[in-house]
Amino acid sequence: MFDSFLYLLRSKGLKVSMTEWMTLNEALDKGMTHASFSEFYYLCRSVLVKSESEFDKFDGAFLEFFKDINFLEDIPEELMNWLNKPQETPGNYDEEIARQNLKLDYERIEQMLRERIAEQDSEHNGGKYWVGTGGMSVFGNSGKGPNGIRVGGESQHKRAFRVAGERHFKDFSEDKVLDTRQMQIALRTLRQYSTKTDAPKTELNIDETIEETGNNAGRLSLVYDRPRKNTVKVVVMMDSGGSMDYYRKLCSQLFTALRKSNHFKDLKFYYFHNSIYERLYTDGECIPGRWVDTDTVLNTLSSDYKLIIVGDAAMAPYELFGGGYYNYGKTNGIDWFFKVKHHFTHSVWLNPGEMQYVYGNYWRETLGALQKVFDMYPLTVNGLESALKKLMVNR
Amino acid sequence: MSKDNLNSFSGSNDYVASEELMRAVNIAVALEKPLLIKGEPGTGKTMLAQSVAKALGKKLVIWNIKSTTKAQDGLYVYDVVQRLYDGQFGNAGVDDVAKYVKLGKLGEAFSDDEQVILLIDEIDKADIEFPNDLLWELDRMEFYIPETGETIKAKQRPIVIITSNAEKELPDAFLRRCIFHYIEFPNEELMREIVKVHFPDIDENVLAQVTAAFYYVRSLKEIQKKPSTSEIIDWIQALTLSGIPAERITKEIPFAGVILKKNEDIDALERAKARSLFPFK
Repeated sequence: MFDSFLYLLRSKGLKVSMTEWMTLNEALDKGMTHASFSEFYYLCRSVLVKSESEFDKFDGAFLEFFKDINFLEDIPEELMNWLNKPQETPGNYDEEIARQNLKLDYERIEQMLRERIAEQDSEHNGGKYWVGTGGMSVFGNSGKGPNGIRVGGESQHKRAFRVAGERHFKDFSEDKVLDTRQMQIALRTLRQYSTKTDAPKTELNIDETIEETGNNAGRLSLVYDRPRKNTVKVVVMMDSGGSMDYYRKLCSQLFTALRKSNHFKDLKFYYFHNSIYERLYTDGECIPGRWVDTDTVLNTLSSDYKLIIVGDAAMAPYELFGGGYYNYGKTNGIDWFFKVKHHFTHSVWLNPGEMQYVYGNYWRETLGALQKVFDMYPLTVNGLESALKKLMVNR
Repeated sequence: MSKDNLNSFSGSNDYVASEELMRAVNIAVALEKPLLIKGEPGTGKTMLAQSVAKALGKKLVIWNIKSTTKAQDGLYVYDVVQRLYDGQFGNAGVDDVAKYVKLGKLGEAFSDDEQVILLIDEIDKADIEFPNDLLWELDRMEFYIPETGETIKAKQRPIVIITSNAEKELPDAFLRRCIFHYIEFPNEELMREIVKVHFPDIDENVLAQVTAAFYYVRSLKEIQKKPSTSEIIDWIQALTLSGIPAERITKEIPFAGVILKKNEDIDALERAKARSLFPFK
C-alpha cells in the first residue's frame, strides 16, 4: 500500500532492493513496530539503509513521504503552530525543577505529555508545567529543562532526547572532501590480479601439491599457480604552485594516500606548473633543472600505465593555447596534454577546485578546453571513486 | 512478536545500549538476518555481541577477521599436511578424510545443538571479496564439504552479529541481506551512564568535570585522533589514582597523554588551552 515510498527512496538515490523491501514487509507483517511511528522509522532505516552516509537522504525522503503524519503521536495543529514560534523568556531557570525533571524516565514523560495534551487548551511560554516554549517543563521547545520531549521548533539547547526530523546525519554525506584514509580505501579499487590475466604459472601451490602428493600415495606431484600480484601501474602528474596553493593540503593528502598504498606494481610522480610542456618536473617545487623531458617519460612508460592528472585547470589562456612571450614558438600546452593523453590507454583528471565552467571568466576558459580532452572528476569521495572506476574499465 | 519475547535484548549490567541499538538487535533477531554494526572505534561494537549473548543467555562464538582471513577458514580447514605426514608413516585412518577436516568458527556455530551468537568481528579487515564469499552460507545457514561429501547445516539458526570499522566498502549484495545499525559516539548523558557502569562510586562532580573536559577535547577541530570511550575510562583511572582535585580537571586537563595518543594532538590541546576562548578558565 505504500509501495510508492520505495520508489521515492529510489528516486532519491538510495539503492533499496526488492530483497530489502520484502524484508521490511515481512517485519511489518510480524507486527514489529508495536504500532508506534518512531519504531516504524527505526525499523525502516535499519532494514533499508546500509550506510550512515545515506541516513540523511533517508531522513529527507522519510519526512517528505510521511510529512502529513505527526511524529509525536497526536499533537493538535494549533499547538504545533505556537510551538514553532518560540519566544524566549529568560531568567526562569530553576535548578530544583531541573533536578526533579532529570529523575523522570522516558516513559513517564511520554505519559505526562499525553495527559497535558488532553488538559491544555491555550498557549504557554516560559512556564514549567504546560507544553510551551522557553520554559522548564519537560515538553515543548527552546526550553532549558535538562531533558524531555521536544515538540516542534528548532533544537536550540540540544537536550530533548527524542528529536524527530532533525537530520543530524548530514555530516556523513558522501560528497564531502576526502581524508587520507578514505582516499586509500578508494585507491584499492585500482587492483587487477595477475591470476585473472594470462601470466605464466610460476608459483608453487603448496596445499594443492601436498594434496596431490597425498592422493598419489606419497609420490611427489607438483602443482603450479599464477602469482597473485597487482599488475596495475600508475603515473600521476600533478599541477603545482600558483593557483594550486589553495588545494595544497588536499593534494598532499592524495600524495600520501598514493604513496601509502603500496599495492601498485609501479607508481610514478611528475609535476607541472599550470600546463604540461616539453619538460616535467620531478619534484613539487618545480625548480628548473630538476626535470625530465616529457618525451622521455612517454617513451619509457608503456601505455598500460594508468594516468592520473591532478590540477585545477585554471590558468591564463595563453599558457594553454600559446601566444604569450613565455612559450613563444613552442608546442602549445593543449597539444602536450593531447599527446600525453593519447599515449596512455586509461587516463582521468582529478580537479580539487571549482569545476563549474563560467563563460567569459578569464581563468575558466582553460577549464572548458581541458574538460573536452580529459574525463574530469572533482576530488571528493564520489569523484575519486568514479575516476578510479573509469581507470579500471576495459575499453 | 511481543515485547516480552524470550529473545528480546534490553542491554545488560555492564553494557549501556542506546534505545535505537536495542531496537536494531531485536529486529535482526526477529527477522533472522545478520546484524551489521558500524561505528567509530571505541563505541563498543565488539562488546555488544558479548552483552547480547549474556542477556539472552546464549553461547558466544567469536570469529576474528584479519587481513589474511579467507571465507573458507570460517567454514572448515582440511589439514592436508597432517594427512601427508600420517601417510608417510602409514598411520591408521589416512583413508578417512573426515579425520582431517576441522570445522571453523562458522561451522562450529552451525553444528552447535543450542542456538548461539556468532560474532564476525571487523569483517572489513579482510579482502574486498570476503563478505561475498559468505553470502550463501549466511543466507542458507549451510555449507558443503566436498572432501567428505558432507553438508553442514545449522541445527539452530545462529544470531549473527557483524562489526565493521568502515575501512572498506562492503559489497551491495552482502549489505542487502543485513540489518544495519550505526553506533553514534555516545552523547554526554549516555557517556556518564557508561562511566558509571565502570566506576559505580565515582563522585558526581568529578564525573561532570571529566566529561566536560573530554567532550571539549573531542570538539577541537585540530585533534586528528579523537579519544574514545576506552580512553575516558583510562583517564578517570589515572585521575583518581593521582587524586587530583576535581576543579583542576577542566582547568588543566592533566594527563592529556592518556586521552591523546599523538604528539601533534597534545600540542594542539596546549595551544587551545592558551587561547582566550578556552571555556574552563
